[in-house]
Amino acid sequence: MNQESLGQIFINACLVNNFVLAYFLGICPFLGVSGKLGTATKMGGAVMFVMLISSMCAYGIHALLVAVDAEFLQLISYIVVIASTVQLVEMFIKKMSPTLFKALGIFLPLITTNCAILGLALFQTNKGYDFIQSIVYALGAGAGFTLALVLIAGFREQLEYAEVPKVIRGTILTLVIAGILSLTFMGFSGLGTQ
Amino acid sequence: MSTGTNHTETKSTDEFIKGLWNENPVFVQVLGMCPVLAVSNTAENALAMGLATAFVLLMSNTLVSLLRNFIPKEVRIASFILIIATFVTITDYAIQAISVDLHKSLGAFISLIVVNCLILSRAEAFASKNTLGKSMMDALGMGLGFLFALFCLGAVREILGNGTFFGLALFPDTFQEWIVMILPAGGFFTLALWLLIFNLIKQRKEATA
Repeated sequence: MNQESLGQIFINACLVNNFVLAYFLGICPFLGVSGKLGTATKMGGAVMFVMLISSMCAYGIHALLVAVDAEFLQLISYIVVIASTVQLVEMFIKKMSPTLFKALGIFLPLITTNCAILGLALFQTNKGYDFIQSIVYALGAGAGFTLALVLIAGFREQLEYAEVPKVIRGTILTLVIAGILSLTFMGFSGLGTQ
Repeated sequence: MSTGTNHTETKSTDEFIKGLWNENPVFVQVLGMCPVLAVSNTAENALAMGLATAFVLLMSNTLVSLLRNFIPKEVRIASFILIIATFVTITDYAIQAISVDLHKSLGAFISLIVVNCLILSRAEAFASKNTLGKSMMDALGMGLGFLFALFCLGAVREILGNGTFFGLALFPDTFQEWIVMILPAGGFFTLALWLLIFNLIKQRKEATA
């Protein structure tokens, strides 16, 4: 059982060990939908929601698998739960806001293969968090993901107007910004512990 | 995402070659970035991760190609993920049995091969539409291309960040390590550098053609 306080877990997941900038999880949507600020914010929201649900499910599944002594099924059952949650969110967004559905495009179903979400489920199991701690961890990780995505989107919107050599436009430029952001986030490392 | 073109007319050797260079999964298609950045801090980790991914890719492409006429279209993505997850579990336990240290240093990233977009995209875009032989060649090419890219990153980061290559010291003691290269930020910078080199080569080729 892990004894970290809830606030500490949140700060750790959100800033110190930011999922995108320190753990490199969820890089694909990070590079793909970070072009516009509005889309990035909503994508962050969707990811955070899926994280929250799958983290709660992962807690239940882990308890169940330990009870029946079948922990080798962990990975398979986690991914099934995440895939169904994403499907649910997809249907919900399609019904509520077709424009947002279009803007997110292929990256919405691809949340399933967003390593940040599976990573979250695996890390919380490895760290032995209890139910409340898992929820806070998911919220922190989601907030951190959204923060990184929004920051990058802001930079990229501004850089649209800058004169950049053609050969480094696109992915390369985004990677360099991400590297600089990652350096900046290292400044938070004094705030928490590993 | 990957190119959804139909390769039915090409020879299987072409499928092998294209993954290595022209459609290199990392440098050209920019797929499967997470493990590329995360475990490329040493050449050894990069090599192990590349081999594990290539193995899973080969096995899942083979099985998907064999079952392509039996899987209903509506549930294909879910079935692909289940197939991939099964092989990843096998790989995970195999690595744990071979070397506990290696398993520790790769950490959760072995399990995270499941969500490597490269594998799913090859299953969806290639193996589910092509014959067994071609799918296997495609998987081998893409797997080796991925391994090559990971190794490029891992080697640069280990040499500059640690002053070593596969654990062997390369420089005299006076060498000041670039600590930043083994930190997360170094991963982003190194990948950006390799992409730049690739783009420059491509640009020069187009200019001469």
